[in-house]
Amino acid sequence: MVDKNGNYKVIGTRPIRHDGTEKVTGQAIYGGDTRFPGMLYGHVLRSPHAHARVKSIDTSKAEALEGVRAVVTGADFPPTTADDMIDLGEGPTSLKSMRGNVLALDKVFYKGHAVAGVAAINAHIADEAIALIEVEYEVLPPVLDVRQAMEDNATLLHENMTTTAFGEDTGKKSNVSLHLNHVLGDPDAAFASAAVVVEREFTTATVHQGYIEPQNATAMWKTDGHLTVWTSTQGAFTTQKQLGAVLDHPISKTKVVPQEIGGGFGGKIPVYLEPVAALLSRKTNKPVKLIMTRADVFEGTGPTPGSYVRVKLGANKDGKLVAGEAYMAFESGGYPGSPMPCGVMCVFGCYEIPNGRIDGFDVVVNKPRSFAYRAPCSTQVALATETVMDEIAEQLGLDRLQFRLDNIAAEGTRRVDGMVYPRIGARETLEAIRDSEHWQAALTGDNQGRGISIGYWFNVGLKSAVTASVNKDGTVNLVEGSTDIGGSRTSIAMQFAEVVGLAAEDINPQVGDTSSIGYTDVTGGSRTTYATGWAAYEAAHDVIRQMRERAAKLWECEDDQVEFDDGIFRHSGDAAKKYNFKELANELDETGGPVVGNGTVDPASGVGGSFAANIADVEVDLETGKVGIARFTVVQDAGKAIHPSYVEGQMQGGSVQGIGWALNEEYFYTDDGNMANSTFLDYRIPTALDLPMIEPIIVEVPNPGHPFGVRGVGEANIAPPPAAIANAIYQAVGVRLRELPMRPERVVAALQAQAAGG
Amino acid sequence: MPMVWVPSLMQKLTDGQAHVEVEGETVRQVIENLDAAFPGFKARVCDENDRLRHDVAVAVDGEVSSEGMRRKVKPDSEVNFLPALAGG
Amino acid sequence: MSKVHIQTKINGEEVEFLCEPRQSLLEILREGLGFTGTKEGCNDGNCGACSCTVDGVLIDSCLMLAVEAEGKEIATVEGLASSEGLHPVQQKFLEHAALQCGICTPGFLVAAKALIDHNPDPSEHEVRHWLAGNLCRCTGYDKIVRAVIDAAQEVRASA
Repeated sequence: MVDKNGNYKVIGTRPIRHDGTEKVTGQAIYGGDTRFPGMLYGHVLRSPHAHARVKSIDTSKAEALEGVRAVVTGADFPPTTADDMIDLGEGPTSLKSMRGNVLALDKVFYKGHAVAGVAAINAHIADEAIALIEVEYEVLPPVLDVRQAMEDNATLLHENMTTTAFGEDTGKKSNVSLHLNHVLGDPDAAFASAAVVVEREFTTATVHQGYIEPQNATAMWKTDGHLTVWTSTQGAFTTQKQLGAVLDHPISKTKVVPQEIGGGFGGKIPVYLEPVAALLSRKTNKPVKLIMTRADVFEGTGPTPGSYVRVKLGANKDGKLVAGEAYMAFESGGYPGSPMPCGVMCVFGCYEIPNGRIDGFDVVVNKPRSFAYRAPCSTQVALATETVMDEIAEQLGLDRLQFRLDNIAAEGTRRVDGMVYPRIGARETLEAIRDSEHWQAALTGDNQGRGISIGYWFNVGLKSAVTASVNKDGTVNLVEGSTDIGGSRTSIAMQFAEVVGLAAEDINPQVGDTSSIGYTDVTGGSRTTYATGWAAYEAAHDVIRQMRERAAKLWECEDDQVEFDDGIFRHSGDAAKKYNFKELANELDETGGPVVGNGTVDPASGVGGSFAANIADVEVDLETGKVGIARFTVVQDAGKAIHPSYVEGQMQGGSVQGIGWALNEEYFYTDDGNMANSTFLDYRIPTALDLPMIEPIIVEVPNPGHPFGVRGVGEANIAPPPAAIANAIYQAVGVRLRELPMRPERVVAALQAQAAGG
Repeated sequence: MPMVWVPSLMQKLTDGQAHVEVEGETVRQVIENLDAAFPGFKARVCDENDRLRHDVAVAVDGEVSSEGMRRKVKPDSEVNFLPALAGG
Repeated sequence: MSKVHIQTKINGEEVEFLCEPRQSLLEILREGLGFTGTKEGCNDGNCGACSCTVDGVLIDSCLMLAVEAEGKEIATVEGLASSEGLHPVQQKFLEHAALQCGICTPGFLVAAKALIDHNPDPSEHEVRHWLAGNLCRCTGYDKIVRAVIDAAQEVRASA
């Protein structure tokens, strides 16, 4: 694979993506673009109340409207008892929670909670029909703040929910569904002996993944019981499992055909519309398509949790961290199960801290049921740790970059949760910050400041399958199960091409559906280039093995006399006999059936985490409090960048999401639990005008647990930006903000407090 | 002997010990032996089908394993129980 | 609701359709005529995924009623390429990897072409200002801006 200089031929190059032409010509079919004969269009009625009991639903007027073909509610699900649990491979989930979040059962838990679905001959009539559905609610007081929700006298969302603590049911009825705790060493003694201790509190608002394409689903439930769903999803197989659970329908009769997907970031893993479309199709015997409105997306999908985080760090006079303590409470929304355990894992993940204590709480509140958003919960905890690190460095009179380097995690570091790191690139990531041109460059204006930060994500492996069929012209059809959100089909094809000695353009990658490829886990968790790429690598070796056997037939020799090296099949005893891949593919007709290779993986170990770091130069307008980004650099350890352009793209995209999260994005709630800003006008994500170029620096500390050294890069880059910006604001104007977003009026208030001597 | 790091919320079961050495060549054997020494341990990490609870992951020598109870454990291995996680 | 008969031109070809007065141009393009390249992201004029040009003017087609298309010339993403190949903006987006999920790409391409038609040598700031009405969540805009500047240069060079 590698040439004489140790360079790969395909890996590390920047070919045009295979699905490029259809994506720039508008020909690519996304989930909203499906059309079928007789297709009906649907809409969803959503609760106007943040917390209420559903007393009755009268759909008769809606059903009577001309053009309406069916209406469904939670009553159309199979009966559910409170104890039904379902395992979808990521932990047991209450079936009542799953079904209830798709269409409310006896209660609604957030404004926007889906209550009924309507199918009609066009979307306008469906929209009129949902206004005719009469729901009788018993409105209950909403719980909207995570700390208030944790208090003993708080209104309970789920009357029978008790707190679980690592597998043990404490029996305490609470809005806290889960408490995790980790202790390492003796943090209290270590804090007592520390030269400097800093403890700070932080709050972050709910933010949304902000994908531009709303959720969509088209379903056809045939009279023979076979259900097909076309949808923009991060995982066709995960959608299939969820459909099976929610509808109590066998997987053997459920096919999910993933369409091109317009962004996910974690938010298109759960099902929302798919079961509703399926139920409507069953009632009408027609294909039914539902697409969310933008307001539905904000109010009815899975934003990331708002949080309250408290971090305390202690260091000795030589600048070594001696102890860390973290308390974090995450809002899981109307149902339990936030990514809080990820925050627990990441909060001190960048440093060597010999004594520590971490407490994490998963708390229900009357907001949409939260879900994963790109390295979920790592951003919130990085804000806390990385700003406290800056304060400690300042109090000790140390250079903040050197202070981080002196404490950075490395191979062999034990985290507070007990895990020991394998080879990681945290140090190299910070060194790349130190050695960057940006770090050496001067600031360029008044009221500017420079902040740094580092964040971590552990990445996952999970299951993938790839099938490779050799064509007569020496090209290869590659079928894989990872839906392609950002160019991954090309990175997967490149890994295959590298092994067999073909060009990337000779591979024809296709994303399969649940009937055409082996089980593949979601496109998420920074796993796709890593795990599905590995499956492609395995499939490539399987193809090579088979091709060697075919060459042996052609040369009438033994299999073990055929060698394969650097793209060439050679006869070990006759230098004149050789084929390259294409030449041999052309001769296969006489040698037996088609050559089809397979690879399946479920990496048992070796996933390898990724670290990302930022340098942020901000400029603060003293009068308005507006914070501009003057310059921004992102460094990330990719292990091995298969397609550097798409690695850079992940780094830049995650950075900009982090910038929006830091400065402007939030769910703005009224007192009765309404999101007041559920449009792209007022939920203001960064535009091209808000930003400079985002300078990416790829660090490659190869992951020993992958054939090409790949570390997933999709996620870690969203962790550091808010902390870098908060640190930069302090450097610029001397105030520290600890609430996200750091919106202009908060900056002004902090400046005014500072001026008043606060 | 393999060393098990006991999650702090389970240390009540192990008389407050944070690390326990226990014999075993697989995760399953380690858990069985832990349960024999500290009754109730197994029920916290395994479900009624004798498999790891799906919200619990086991890491051996720093690597989270998808092999669950079958995973082999060496005489100097370290075993950690962690919440099972994914991403977005 | 009785339908209105509209005659218009789309990507240089005469087109006629029936529509209800309440239907937007976006809806007719996608649902009525099959031009699904133009995308819906918000339906209230804030994301730019539905960008088209009408008589050369860049608009959000979700904010225009279909009946207003009478007698106009509409250009969508489907009209950018020719039998000779991709338009430079399309080619440069591919070369610069200026798309990840691609849902915003049609809107950006139409907007970028409108910019280059209007201002053949835009600065980085002018590009960012012009494209501020097109939201992208995947790329952080860096590679998009580079692609547009490069495409403008290519168009100038071949003019």
